[in-house]
Amino acid sequence: MRHARGYRRLNRTHEHRKALFANLSGSLIEHEQIRTTLPKAKELRPVVEKLITLAKRGDLHARRMAAAQLKVDAQVKKLFDVLGPRYKERAGGYTRVLKAGFRYGDMAPMAVIEFVDRDPDAKGAADRARAAAEEAAEA
Amino acid sequence: MAVPQNRVTRSRRDMRRSHDALVAANPNECANCGELKRPHHVCPSCGHYDGREVVARAAEAGLDEDAA
Repeated sequence: MRHARGYRRLNRTHEHRKALFANLSGSLIEHEQIRTTLPKAKELRPVVEKLITLAKRGDLHARRMAAAQLKVDAQVKKLFDVLGPRYKERAGGYTRVLKAGFRYGDMAPMAVIEFVDRDPDAKGAADRARAAAEEAAEA
Repeated sequence: MAVPQNRVTRSRRDMRRSHDALVAANPNECANCGELKRPHHVCPSCGHYDGREVVARAAEAGLDEDAA
């Protein structure tokens, strides 16, 4: 019987899956667009959209519930300061999953998951800032 | 150990295989760059989808090649 099997297990235990979604949603909040496998992207979508719903509420309890799911405080801050206000008027459907070919090595179907109305500058911003800082230190 | 009792004739073998044929892929031309791409997929050569999305251009990625 396949009762109560509404979600993909992703070949992981519950704890492993929880950690995976914490990492994936943290990366998505930071970069606003990430590339991952299609099943992970499809499972990530409801997880992140519920975080956005918390961010739209914006109260302290909501912030603590989001912080319990995420690993990095800066991501919670961005979620509540940037993403929550951005999606105030949008009733769900904050993310978009696009198919992006098959991975070399294991033919896994890949996908790009991104926020609707995303800020293209957010992706890799930390890397660019670090590279600029290193260049400034060398010069 | 269990073994087949009878040889499978080439007729039966080929009848079994009658549904095994592979189907060719159905690529379309990318509306932006004209390269062949899979339907409903982001274009792998120019990163466009639905006429507007620049998703991940390999030339610009540079720093975060893995993150792209």
